[in-house]
Amino acid sequence: MSEPRVGIYVCHCGHNIAGAVDVEHLSEWALNLPHVVVARNYQFMCAGTGQELIENDIGEYGLTHIVVASCSPHMHEKTFRNACERAGLNAYLFEMANIREHASWVHPNNRSAATSKAKALVSAAVHRVLKHQALEPMRVDILPATLVVGGGIAGIQAALEIADAGYPVYLVEREPSIGGHMAQFDKTFPTLDCAACILTPKMFDAGAHPNITLLTYAEVEQVEGYVGNFHVTVRKKARMIREDLCTGCGTCWEKCPIKVVDTVFEAGLGYRKAIYRPFPQAVPKYPVVDAQNCTYFSTGKCKACERFCPTGAIDFEMQDEIITLDVGNIILATGYDLFDARRIPEYGYGRLPNVFTSLEFERLTNAAGPTGGKITLRDGETEPQSVAIIHCVGSRDKAYNEYCSAICCMSSLKFAHLAKEKTHAEIYNFYIDMRPIAKGYEEFYHRILAEGVHFIRGRVAEITDEAYTTEEQGKLVVVAEDTLIGRQRRIPVDMVILAAGLEPRRDSQNVSHMFGVGCGDSGFFTERHPKLDPVATVTEGIYIAGACQGPKDIPDTVAQGAAAAARVLGVISQKQVQLEPVRASIDESRCSGCRICNNLCPYNAIEYLAELGVSRVNGALCKGCGTCVAACPSQAITGAHFTFEQIMAEIDGILIDAGDYEPNPIEILA
Amino acid sequence: MSEAEKFNPVIVGFLCNWCSYRAADLAGTSRMGYPATLRDIRIMCTGRLDPTFVLRALQGGADGVLIMGCHPGQCHYQEGNYKAIRRFALLKRVLQQLGLEEERVQLHWASAAQGLLFAETVSRMTRQIQALGPLDWKHNWPNEEPFMLLQPYLHEEVAHGR
Amino acid sequence: MNAPSYTYYPGCSLQHRSHAYEVSNRAVARVLGIELAELDDWNCCGATEYFSINRLPAYALVARNLALAEQAGARELVVPCSACFLNLHKTDAHMRQHPHLEHNINLALKAGDLHYDPGSVRVRHLVEVIINDIGFETLSKLVRRPLYGLKLAAYYGCLIVRPDNALDDVEQPMLMDRMIEALGAEAVHFSMKTACCGGHMTQISETTALEMIHRLVRNASVNEADGMVTICPMCQLNLDVYQDPANRMFETSYTMPVLFFTQLIGLALGLSPEELGFGQEFVSITPLVEKIRDTPPPRAKPERRPRQALPMPAMPH
Repeated sequence: MSEPRVGIYVCHCGHNIAGAVDVEHLSEWALNLPHVVVARNYQFMCAGTGQELIENDIGEYGLTHIVVASCSPHMHEKTFRNACERAGLNAYLFEMANIREHASWVHPNNRSAATSKAKALVSAAVHRVLKHQALEPMRVDILPATLVVGGGIAGIQAALEIADAGYPVYLVEREPSIGGHMAQFDKTFPTLDCAACILTPKMFDAGAHPNITLLTYAEVEQVEGYVGNFHVTVRKKARMIREDLCTGCGTCWEKCPIKVVDTVFEAGLGYRKAIYRPFPQAVPKYPVVDAQNCTYFSTGKCKACERFCPTGAIDFEMQDEIITLDVGNIILATGYDLFDARRIPEYGYGRLPNVFTSLEFERLTNAAGPTGGKITLRDGETEPQSVAIIHCVGSRDKAYNEYCSAICCMSSLKFAHLAKEKTHAEIYNFYIDMRPIAKGYEEFYHRILAEGVHFIRGRVAEITDEAYTTEEQGKLVVVAEDTLIGRQRRIPVDMVILAAGLEPRRDSQNVSHMFGVGCGDSGFFTERHPKLDPVATVTEGIYIAGACQGPKDIPDTVAQGAAAAARVLGVISQKQVQLEPVRASIDESRCSGCRICNNLCPYNAIEYLAELGVSRVNGALCKGCGTCVAACPSQAITGAHFTFEQIMAEIDGILIDAGDYEPNPIEILA
Repeated sequence: MSEAEKFNPVIVGFLCNWCSYRAADLAGTSRMGYPATLRDIRIMCTGRLDPTFVLRALQGGADGVLIMGCHPGQCHYQEGNYKAIRRFALLKRVLQQLGLEEERVQLHWASAAQGLLFAETVSRMTRQIQALGPLDWKHNWPNEEPFMLLQPYLHEEVAHGR
Repeated sequence: MNAPSYTYYPGCSLQHRSHAYEVSNRAVARVLGIELAELDDWNCCGATEYFSINRLPAYALVARNLALAEQAGARELVVPCSACFLNLHKTDAHMRQHPHLEHNINLALKAGDLHYDPGSVRVRHLVEVIINDIGFETLSKLVRRPLYGLKLAAYYGCLIVRPDNALDDVEQPMLMDRMIEALGAEAVHFSMKTACCGGHMTQISETTALEMIHRLVRNASVNEADGMVTICPMCQLNLDVYQDPANRMFETSYTMPVLFFTQLIGLALGLSPEELGFGQEFVSITPLVEKIRDTPPPRAKPERRPRQALPMPAMPH
């Protein structure tokens, strides 16, 4: 084999790198590194002209290995690999040195330190790349079906887009019906069109679509595989209703003697039966039996529903069903949970009857809600004469959530309008800042101002029933500092609405782990790039949409649902997907058959071949973590692209200027 | 003290691709400064960390080694970081017997969102190693016999996390 | 088994104005089988004012007590007064958080050959010691004369829950409410349980102070409390001594007895009023003692809610 010929390209990234690293000196110095034939520096390596530089040099100088010193490989590794490929060089004979995120940006005021660190990183890359081998990405067929997790508006939108394009979709929803939070709302801001009127047709479409398989009252339990080939295990909880027989007539829940508070759909403000359909427009139309509250399941008697069911659709023997799905892509649209207002005891929720949460108020003002849309106090009849709406409850508060929940300003304005319109009460909004930031929102704010709603700028200190004056007697007193006039205010009102913030689902950590997507400290799922890749995740084939990614309103949620669907359709249309060839393989001639690696593999990708007395890696299951590679006592396992020799060379390269390296005395590698 | 201030240690970092390398990227994009002492190597998972890498770095002139991975329970490969914890515990015992100060080789966690934590970890470790001074392996081991004696066991014992 | 012994810092108030608190603490401790060993040579904590006058001497003054406790080998320091508790607790916490402060304080302490390592002495309020170390269960077992029929407002005051929520929820503490229930009495809803009593405001602006005191008494009265239970000598002093002036100013006629929590426990343990230091208070406790019944009151029927009423949110207990 002829001598390797390495080309090095140092990027200025405008001033981003050149401002802190002496790029001229760096590229000159790099010429001294082993086998380096060309070393250049250039303004923007990622630009077309920069890439052409590499392509031309490969042809002209017969380069066999390429190193680009620029940004993070998470940013542009793909870009430069493609450039190599175009010039006929295997993409894996390329290596990147991250001298921007890891050098120039973090050591901006120390040019010599930043430059010597960049030298070490470049040297490491050169030493490493010399050990690289040409690799071919694995190609796998993409299964055409998609799994959408969560049947709120984000999931419905995504499912419909994909189904309309002609591909099968499984829509899994934890609750008995799809619809999510939006189905609970009365009106939507800023147009005030009724949520049900715009949502239920979409729910119906999703339920009736020939390409959509609805799996309601079901939860994903396990996810295996990789992009194009996910194997998903779903538990379909026993509904106790035979869907082939049920007509949704409603006799069963009329006859059911057990009434329980509905903490999900009615947000705790209304009741449902032990056999129930969450709301009349539910999709699917079938009810479920709530086994925890059903008399039959606690005493073995009752079965009133079964007796009266005209079609014999009730089946108390029904068991949970485990379904496995094979899908190519997954969209997570698991939504949000409302901040638990009981965590702020000084606001009195749960203690003072007439303090309501935003979701409770949605049900209160909803014509299909427990009061038929009449706004009343907790006694169910008295109309409030005065209402206070507290913004930012649990949001923008270091004690709870530091972030802004994005929707509360607008929903508070909506509540103000609805309460004013229906009760003619005096309305007080307590806000920190008004943030009506999208199309038509500011106009809506001005409309509400013109309606005579009061706005007090100040965070509420407490809500108390302790009256100072006769005027305050029997009222809830909202205590706040009005920061615009610099005074403390005490506003007595009949009703308080807490605009509780949006939080990640309580089980979002588990879900993120199950699907292999990240979630930051806040618990919302992390997108691949906050600006340029907002619906993809770091795991290929898994996308996120809606409030599970962060607080957002309905228009943004729908946009993300559609965006995730578009990304999935793009993948499906490629028919095949390329996988990184970063995989482990076992040199069977060196394997002693000790089986240590078998149990270390989290994916059960290593099987022991008893007849041969060796272990073998199943390349399709291996994800390339390298745990087995580090563990093999015979060094029989190789992790492609992260081989022992490559990393050792990288270590030697990175320490090029550190100490006088004498391999012999304590060489332990022989 | 003045001696320590002049001393700029070399710390070799082994960062996992999914959490800590991204935390380092985030520290960069957020322009959180930290001492230019860390030279990092990307591995897919801390589970890939062969203890030999740490020894090679130390013998090659590094004054310290910083291993960082995903928080326990958040490993991209489910449990690679647990394997790393087990290996690290054994590796530390070996290093201790070789007379290495505890602070020289450290294992920490940072999620992809914890750029600040990453920067703080590097700063803290730098201060600790500055206080210790350069690693003078040769001086510590004028005759290399003890290390040689360990060899047959080292790789096997440590690598398996037994 | 030896009686558990605690190093005890009584504070100045208990030596003088609030002697009744000291008397009842000692009496109750005896029955509960705990020993309160007074810290030798302790000094004033500086009360609520000194910190706003000159901070470093104030910290050093407080830290001297912590240093004495550390020197005496105490791991814990039990304090019955909320102001003393806050000052000691705060000084320890701030010394831990701010090395510079710690350095300066210890520089000052050095003059007296003392030194304090922050975090080495755990400062605890007596109420928390009784509730956590004795426990509600043991407490109710020791009750000889259950306080059946009594309705009491648990008044925590503003100091005890600070600075860091360590004791209980800073806005809605419940420890004492549960203690009242354990003694057989009923803890009434009391929305001002952590409001300020005014502290030394009576000496600065009497009308302001009286207004604050009046509000507290009125709120307890509105909620049908037979008495208020305090854990702080300052609160007890203000509510008891200034109740009459407040009545005069607002033309009201409240006679709300204000007890120290150990006096209440003592009553339930069957101790006599004399043993508990009663008799020094301005508002007589006699009507309260007379209200104690021999049998538990009939369990109040759950309030009938109208059919159309909306459910209340579920609260974790």
